[in-house]
Amino acid sequence: MNPLHTNFSYTRGRETLARALVLRRTWPVVLDLCVAAIGLAIFYAIVRIAMLWAGPPSEQMVVSLSPSALPMYAFYSLVRIFLAYVLSIVFAVSYGYLAAYNTRVEAIMIAVLDILQSIPVLSFLPPVMLAMIALFPTRHLGVELGAIILLFTGAVWNMAFSFYSSIKSIPRELCEAADVNRFSWLQRLVQLELPYAAIGLVWNSIMSVAGAWFTLMACEMFHFGSKDFRLPGLGSYLQTAADVKDGKAIACGLITMIAIIVAIDQFIWRPLIAWSDKFKFEQVESSQHVTSPLLHLFTHSNVLASIARHTTEPLNEAIYINLANRRRKQVAQLAAHPPTSPGTGSRVTMWIVAALLGAAVLIAAQHALELVRPVTGAQYVELLKGAGATFLRVNFSLLLAAAWTIPVGVAIGSHPPLARLAQPLAQIAASVPATALFPVVLLVLIRLGGGIGIGSIALMLLGTQWYILFNVIAGAMAIPTDLKEVATLFRFSNVERWRKLILPGIFPFLVTGMVTASGGAWNASIFAEYFTLNGKTLTTLGLGEQINAATAEGQFPIILLGTILISLMVVTTNRLLWRRLYRLAESRYRLEG
Amino acid sequence: MPETIIRAERVEKYYAQPSANRIQVIAPTDLSVCSGEILALLGPSGSGKSTLLRMLTGLSAPSAGQVYWHDKPIALADPNVSIVFQSFALFPWLTVLENIEAPLQARGMNAAEQRKRGLSILDTVGLDGFQTAYPKELSGGMRQRVGFARALVVEPEVLFMDEPFSALDVLTAENLRSELLELWQKKTIPTKAIFLVTHNIEEAVLLADRIIVLGRNPGVIRTDFKVTLPHPRDRKSEEFTQLVDYIYKVLTQPGERPPALPGVSVKTAPDARIAHYQELPHARPGGIAGLLELLIDRHGKDDIYRLASDLGFEIDDLLPIVDAAQILGFLTVTEGDAEVTTAGAEYANSEILRQKELFRKAAVDNVLLLRQIVRAIETKTDHTVPEEFFHDLLDEQFTEEVTLRQLETAISWGRYAELFDFDAARRRFIQPEKTSPDSVDDPDAEIEE
Repeated sequence: MNPLHTNFSYTRGRETLARALVLRRTWPVVLDLCVAAIGLAIFYAIVRIAMLWAGPPSEQMVVSLSPSALPMYAFYSLVRIFLAYVLSIVFAVSYGYLAAYNTRVEAIMIAVLDILQSIPVLSFLPPVMLAMIALFPTRHLGVELGAIILLFTGAVWNMAFSFYSSIKSIPRELCEAADVNRFSWLQRLVQLELPYAAIGLVWNSIMSVAGAWFTLMACEMFHFGSKDFRLPGLGSYLQTAADVKDGKAIACGLITMIAIIVAIDQFIWRPLIAWSDKFKFEQVESSQHVTSPLLHLFTHSNVLASIARHTTEPLNEAIYINLANRRRKQVAQLAAHPPTSPGTGSRVTMWIVAALLGAAVLIAAQHALELVRPVTGAQYVELLKGAGATFLRVNFSLLLAAAWTIPVGVAIGSHPPLARLAQPLAQIAASVPATALFPVVLLVLIRLGGGIGIGSIALMLLGTQWYILFNVIAGAMAIPTDLKEVATLFRFSNVERWRKLILPGIFPFLVTGMVTASGGAWNASIFAEYFTLNGKTLTTLGLGEQINAATAEGQFPIILLGTILISLMVVTTNRLLWRRLYRLAESRYRLEG
Repeated sequence: MPETIIRAERVEKYYAQPSANRIQVIAPTDLSVCSGEILALLGPSGSGKSTLLRMLTGLSAPSAGQVYWHDKPIALADPNVSIVFQSFALFPWLTVLENIEAPLQARGMNAAEQRKRGLSILDTVGLDGFQTAYPKELSGGMRQRVGFARALVVEPEVLFMDEPFSALDVLTAENLRSELLELWQKKTIPTKAIFLVTHNIEEAVLLADRIIVLGRNPGVIRTDFKVTLPHPRDRKSEEFTQLVDYIYKVLTQPGERPPALPGVSVKTAPDARIAHYQELPHARPGGIAGLLELLIDRHGKDDIYRLASDLGFEIDDLLPIVDAAQILGFLTVTEGDAEVTTAGAEYANSEILRQKELFRKAAVDNVLLLRQIVRAIETKTDHTVPEEFFHDLLDEQFTEEVTLRQLETAISWGRYAELFDFDAARRRFIQPEKTSPDSVDDPDAEIEE
């Protein structure tokens, strides 16, 4: 062979190789620059937030309707939601963990969760706000923290439930593998419990944040007694815009909100879902994956990797070594001094603590009841009337939602091409918080001659129909083809087909959807029955209206009674209706492969 | 001189019930694990093999009695054991190497040492090059290799294995078994004893130096003997098959004293069965007819073990059907041979309606629970009885899981024999509709085949 030729090809090869290397080398540098930029942006954001929060409280803040104010407002709202979410996840994990591992208090903790979940966010508003303002009377921080805590109360419960039930369903052998290898509580949490719960936590986070957008409107602007609180944010912007009937501002606000929600979906939820894929507890690799370029950026960044190498990894090692040493010492101590009787002393202290707690609860409950004493008989009647009206409204809107979503959902679910087209559209429609659309809906309704009576049902529909629709679609898709073929083969009439195949087939999914929707509708009723538009307050008879009015007038007893009524109704319907249907769905209508 | 590593004294496991009765899972049992032996624990499903294993590892505390680790109560000692699980129990979100390093991390080992030990054990079990793979990317056999590596990396003094090969296909299992035996015999691993729980008789005879057979309800040691056959053991040899047959006899005759072991002295324990209800084996009427037909084709009599291996069945799958046929009087079992009775032959050869009639008679005559359900339905004026009633009766004697399975089996048999029907929505036993034997509407009607 020609030596020159070989030589030539050799250098060329090297050259291309080198070039490829340059590319490969520079790409992480670009990534690092991105990461650095993100770091700087975060720094600026923290400074802005600190400036707002440390400032004096502004009771009569004027919400500017100019579009140029929108980015800052959107940023403030986002920070609120973010902090509320962080608070939620910390609380959810701790609460779920405690409930799952303390058999003594497990039942009561879960019952408490069940009741808290049924309390509408707005009922928390007066006590939380007053407490926070009393804590920080000279700073804006108080109102701000109050709003965050309110968002938290709307987002946290389902996450706590999710984490608790995940821990409870960890396969026994995995727990034993952790036990026999003497995992410390930390290693157990990091390597077993959190990963196992990750997928459930991610999906519930998505739902919770959607719920936070829903409550944002109420949390950023409200009257309590003589006080009028406003926080700069997207929610107050939209509400003010609706108040003065500024169509352009409403449109700008809505577009900003939808843009943010879509962006969050793309830049946070999708990477998170893609990442959580690795925690799927499956034996075989599934073929479908969600991919995300942003996740790629993070996992391939040099800066992040090197930061981890120099900080978290050695720290981790030190902690684990420390925990192992502590355990060894404990074992040695146990062997040297075997315990004689299994702690009667600790049991006594536990009983004392339980008794004290019980007494405290009783005293507090009694005081609360005394608070209610001045309520007159007429007011009770009014409350009960309101409860009845809201109950009817909630269930009517549920039926309405089911009436249109079942046929449409089944149609979409049984035609895959249609599903491919309709599902993303429905998802975008569902992601817009109903409360943000509410002013628009009301304005249109009033122009058409309707009022808040129809409007409230429309708002409940807007907030809840999607849960049913998505579940029905999933259910229709899950009906096995061979059953459909049997129906065709035996020439089932349309009625027979629905009665014997479709309705039983989607039943479990329908129940799941309806349960979620019913919770959503109750929460929405609070917002739906009372709205300030164009300087006028529109109301319709209902419990939500009464709670709202009581909040505006600062009447604690009515708020308390209304909340108790709502909780009672929600918990009772859950126990008497939904739980039974659930059991029926699980036993009789489950399609097993 | 072999030393005793783990010693269990009168350990038992029971679950307290609200009533005075309690459910005994394991009767008081003495057992020890000595150095230098592979100990196999054999038993039918539900005999508490896994429960016993968990008590010996210190994972679960016995209800009474004490487990000692080198003469110290195990709860106070720091037993150096590990477990290989049937389901592998790997963390799917950790890579192979991370899975193996996790126990070392728990022991507070530094990262460099972890890596060194991890890589070395991967080499030992033949998993080089797979350290960054995730478990779900591996085949079942490879995954169990990771399971072994994770168990061995801490150099356990006793290695516990809970049916480690039963989730694998036959060839892979065989391969892993021989590799394990090689590691053990060449002392590549510092492990002093291996404790193997299995329901596979051949596997036990192939690997073990000592075999313990458990009986069920409650779990009790039925026999405990040493296996002195030299390695490598030949499945076809006379001694091997004799031993397999012997264990098989012990397993199939739960009511009797175990027969004498060929040429070996046997330590036996009395059978502590106090059961009031017999435990219905989870078998379907169709399966029983199928078994009888198979046996009739083989001139009405055959060795069950041979039958299972000819059919390619796990013996655990076949045993419940044999038990069921025996309870119904369709079959007798003597020394591991099953023989069809005249009633059985008539049942197998009849057409479907007559079959149901025969089954009905046999069921009412022989099965207490079914008899009680039928009587209860007859005596009640509305001819329905809630399931809960029988649930509570059975609850006194069986664990919740077994109780539910008993009811499920009873419902399946009763429906087949048209003794009664069961309303799944209201959870009640009801009288069967005599007129229409095939109700199309009922979604539960398809329980039988």
